[in-house]
Amino acid sequence: MSKSLFQKVWETHTVRTLANGQTQLLIGTHLIHEVTSPQAFGMLRDLGLTVLMPHRTFATVDHIVPTDQVSEPYADPLADAMIKALRRSCREHGITFFDRATGKQGIVHIVGPEQGITQPGTTIACGDSHTSTHGAFGAIAFGIGTTQIRDVLATQTMALNQLKVRRINVTGRLRPGVYAKDVILHLIRTLGVNGGTGYAYEYGGEVFDRFSMEERMTVCNMSIEGGARAGYVNPDETTFAYLRGRPYAPAGAGWDVAVARWKSFASDPGCAYDDTVTIRGEEIPPTVTWGINPGQGVAITETIPDPAKATAADEKASIEEALAYMKLSPGAPIKGTRIDVAFLGSCTNGRLSDFQEVAKYLKGRHVAPGVKAIAVPGSQGVGVLCASLGIDRVFRDAGFEWREAGCSMCLAMNPDKLVGDQLCASSSNRNFKGRQGSPTGRTFLMSPLMVAAAAVTGRVADAREVFGVSPG
Amino acid sequence: MSLEKITTISGRGVHVPGNDIDTDRIIPARFMKCVTFDGLGEYLFHDVRKNADGSAKQHPLNDPRFQGATILLSGANFGCGSSREHAPQALQKHGFRAVIAESYAEIFFGNCTTLGMPCLGASRADVQKVAAAVAANPAVEITIDLGRSEIRFAGQAIRAVIRDSAREALINGRWDAIGDLLEGVGDVKRVAAGLPYLTV
Repeated sequence: MSKSLFQKVWETHTVRTLANGQTQLLIGTHLIHEVTSPQAFGMLRDLGLTVLMPHRTFATVDHIVPTDQVSEPYADPLADAMIKALRRSCREHGITFFDRATGKQGIVHIVGPEQGITQPGTTIACGDSHTSTHGAFGAIAFGIGTTQIRDVLATQTMALNQLKVRRINVTGRLRPGVYAKDVILHLIRTLGVNGGTGYAYEYGGEVFDRFSMEERMTVCNMSIEGGARAGYVNPDETTFAYLRGRPYAPAGAGWDVAVARWKSFASDPGCAYDDTVTIRGEEIPPTVTWGINPGQGVAITETIPDPAKATAADEKASIEEALAYMKLSPGAPIKGTRIDVAFLGSCTNGRLSDFQEVAKYLKGRHVAPGVKAIAVPGSQGVGVLCASLGIDRVFRDAGFEWREAGCSMCLAMNPDKLVGDQLCASSSNRNFKGRQGSPTGRTFLMSPLMVAAAAVTGRVADAREVFGVSPG
Repeated sequence: MSLEKITTISGRGVHVPGNDIDTDRIIPARFMKCVTFDGLGEYLFHDVRKNADGSAKQHPLNDPRFQGATILLSGANFGCGSSREHAPQALQKHGFRAVIAESYAEIFFGNCTTLGMPCLGASRADVQKVAAAVAANPAVEITIDLGRSEIRFAGQAIRAVIRDSAREALINGRWDAIGDLLEGVGDVKRVAAGLPYLTV
């Protein structure tokens, strides 16, 4: 019988069925960070338990590390305490810790792939909802809460309900100036922020076949913003080429064996899906969010929605709530909205290709007066690569602040925060009220090149016009 | 591990209306700088409850009529966004014992169940009925009956929906899965032996 990758991974990792009908699922790779794990280690201690598979647990610091200070103690004593707590827990339990001193630190969803830890046909869990990122490799990856982190530490398993699988085909080609970020923002706009509840999303079609691993990661990353617990792409030659030679990837004779095994996990042709959605790549526009959830987006050429034109009472209320918070006028073009801050980074768009693509266009341009622009590589590794290619110099010359690796202004648990009602053009993943650190701060989500276009013009702009990207 | 069997929960309600209420709103990230969950109740819904100077905004949780409520009523896709368990922990530490809403984001639902805090689904019309009863009389007692999948209040009853696995876990006192998972550890080693990547 033909099966989807999801089914194959689920079956090979099922330990048993629990009394309440849930599956006890083996989690092969557990990634932890400083914010959601300290309490889990505390729970472990309280129950007298220990870490079952420390060699399958990997830690780093990302959420609260300052990006403008390298040496400890950090200025924020609470952040300092959390980082030290994680370091202590890792030492005590024999867990590999990609600390800053290793040169391998970074956002957990960037570090896993970079190190070759993230592999096809595996299960991954992490106390962070953007764990779905790892699905780009054909892994099934879950964001979990702290009590479940405890469960995975103690038993290398967790209790889960099986998901349905929705196949999402993106056919044809993307137009020039349209990026992976636009694909996922468009999908969430189309399917809704809770459209994926109960599903894992399997992304495929010609657009995904051509995508690099980094582009696939950008899409899988935001699956959760569409309500899907997991998102993945079937492994192929692009996946294997990315993994080859990475520190934790199989080597020597083991490589061919691993590749053969990885291939066997890909969804079988003709396998059944619970639902299928097809979108034409050519129809996806550069997309910008205007509201307070990632589904509230429009094409850069569109206007801000008017609640008076809403067809449902619910929709009207949510547009009104968003416009009031965002201080925007209904019916106005989104293009031209003045911004205060530009943020380039995060687990969605903080990889080498994100900075590389922007650098191509940023040379000779400068951040508009009055705009604060920061670029934050997603990992120390990304930072080193950017430096070796002179990319950091391009950003600095253009007036961006070039920072150390971390989550930074995506969730603003470190000192990188919006002030007052500043409006930020952001390459991150969430535009919730207060998300970027100020209770009245405002966020527009968009692709890295659109962030750069906003940075240099001081307004939300069409990157294709600002940078002369040929319309194709 | 013996846990409380959660079959019925009774208490007063408070309605926090709206759809897509995300976990950043339930507990803003800056209050997650802590190594225990203990003090989180204080910061529940902080930024929609308090002004920058610390004074209270108009919010149902600041309304004296609803003080002491233990059942939260809300709209669709409640708890979307971040997987932070800090959100259900903040609700629980604030005194909530259950949530009644139109629907939930999945990670949030699971995190609540694991803490023994049931999340019941109800139709919009039914949530409105409960909310109307609470507005008319904040002292009205709401009873969530997990065994009968219903919610009773002010002489009325509505249907409550909860995923079977969650209901089973709650009414049988197995909502914290750790006991069950530990029993399966022998089998974990067998399954792990068939997965080459685990031995590397």
